[in-house]
Amino acid sequence: MSAAPLLDIRDLGVEFATPQGTVRAVTGVSLSVATGECLAIVGESGSGKTQLFMACLGLLSDNGRAVGSARYLGTELIGASETELNRVRGVGMSLVTQDPLNSLTPHLRIERLLTEGVLDRGLMSAAEAGQRALEALRTVGITEPEARLRHYPHELSGGMRQRVAIAVALMTAPKLLVADEPTTALDVTVQARVLDVLRSLRATGLAIVLITHDLGVVAGIADRVAVMYAGELVETAPAAGLFAAPAHPYTAGLLASVPRLSDPATLRLAAIEGQPPRPGEIVTGCPFAPRCASASEVCREVAPRLRSIASGREVACHAPFSQEGRV
Amino acid sequence: MTDAGVQIGGGGLWADSWQRLRRNRAAVTALGVLVALIVAAIVGPWLSPYALDHVDWSLGALATPPATAHGHWFGTDSNGRDLFVRVWAGTRVSLLVALLATAVSLVIGVAWGATAGYLGGRADNWMMRFVDVLYALPYMFFVIILTVVFGRSLWLIFLAIGAVGWLTMARIVRGQALALRHREFVEAAIALGLPSRRIIARHIVPNVLGTVIVYATLTVPQVILFESFLSFLGLGVQEPLTSLGRLVAEGALEMESAPWLLLVPSAVLAVVLVCLNFLGDGLRDALDPRQR
Repeated sequence: MSAAPLLDIRDLGVEFATPQGTVRAVTGVSLSVATGECLAIVGESGSGKTQLFMACLGLLSDNGRAVGSARYLGTELIGASETELNRVRGVGMSLVTQDPLNSLTPHLRIERLLTEGVLDRGLMSAAEAGQRALEALRTVGITEPEARLRHYPHELSGGMRQRVAIAVALMTAPKLLVADEPTTALDVTVQARVLDVLRSLRATGLAIVLITHDLGVVAGIADRVAVMYAGELVETAPAAGLFAAPAHPYTAGLLASVPRLSDPATLRLAAIEGQPPRPGEIVTGCPFAPRCASASEVCREVAPRLRSIASGREVACHAPFSQEGRV
Repeated sequence: MTDAGVQIGGGGLWADSWQRLRRNRAAVTALGVLVALIVAAIVGPWLSPYALDHVDWSLGALATPPATAHGHWFGTDSNGRDLFVRVWAGTRVSLLVALLATAVSLVIGVAWGATAGYLGGRADNWMMRFVDVLYALPYMFFVIILTVVFGRSLWLIFLAIGAVGWLTMARIVRGQALALRHREFVEAAIALGLPSRRIIARHIVPNVLGTVIVYATLTVPQVILFESFLSFLGLGVQEPLTSLGRLVAEGALEMESAPWLLLVPSAVLAVVLVCLNFLGDGLRDALDPRQR
């Protein structure tokens, strides 16, 4: 991380105004994505991992508000106008949304969907855009791309639609691809193909942020992992290190709840006891403390700050597991 | 398929929709009948030797029934004027009012509603409160003021009816746009960095067209009736010019002694409305690529 990061998020918070009062979805997250790296954001539903990047792309819903700072190559994104955001969206940072069945406008042909971003910006001529659309479809491994261009989204299978959605995001040659649970709606064989596509893109130097709750996906592709819990970042670590020796009890719990065929002891699924705090609930101390086996008095009273415990590893815990591994 | 990589431009949506519409027999028949009626409305009055306001005293009676012998194919009205000429002249006015007023309400209503619904928040609030205020104004008052200020003319009727008609259209479209703007494909378009104006035009409006077209075909009969109401009050089409609505209203007064005065214009009106409904239905299906 010697060069300036591609995306630099500093102390970002996201809150939603609801009839029940203000709900904080994300609290004080600082994170950076380097050029060409693949960062996985993991956490359970409602942990704020999607909203974090929605805030960066200016896609929060009307009652949402972002505070803090997120800079893409020095351009501040939080509080930026639509015009300023449009200079980054697509051309700098692209998004692949969660549900491939709904992320392609139903009445536009694949060709139009692919080319509209570059044509609207006047980046290339119609003929060049057509060529590039074909290349993009080949890149994501779509067979017979010429024929597919003439199809409507509903004529393609779910896996194909997801790959087309990735192709759409690639057309404008972004440097960073934010993929929000790109494999969730797909069956396992198709998931594997989508991951292959992401892996090959990563090999071309594209930085990828992979938002997911599937640790198997993370293990297969990510360089670095950031774990979120209740809107806060609890641990960041290189992927290999995180899997070998999780430092935060929550991360350890997540890993333990993944079933392993090799270990008969996990034939019963391990689960983390209890529930995460409800959105809007006031939490004193560590938000994970009520569910944490090793929580002590200090955990319930003082919220831990994210601190460095080793090179490239940060954890927000008063009593992190040591690197020798206590699991 | 060979030109797939090159062929980018051209109205893909429209060309495809036309293909699908052509396969819908009811819609094509309706379109054919409508075209025939439009042609009749244009050339009809010239086919008869009589003028619109010519009173034929030679028959010895004013309301004569239809017959080929005296050249009044649809008979004459209670003032002795040729009904054939009057029906087609009336069709011409009614279709013109209906299509232009609907077009006005369509253009303003869809643009206004889609913009309000897509932008949401404060812009939506202001735009829709403006619509509410216009709704609250009694439209007759509005039409009378327009007539007093600008004088009576056919164009004013188009404007007045269109100006009232777009309000409901805007509400309908706004509701649909509001639902669409949080759909993932709209978020994907925003994330692609497309400007709002393009997202509204390309991703929102085509998605609401089905509803819009069905509503528009329902607006046409309303507009035709509204026009006859305005004319009845002396604010719309003036004698000797006429419209289908007026002819039906006048015919209803004579329906016991001279039923053809009611039947002929009613039949034309009914055929127009039925055809518009079939065509609207066909268009709705044709505009949705998922229908096969």
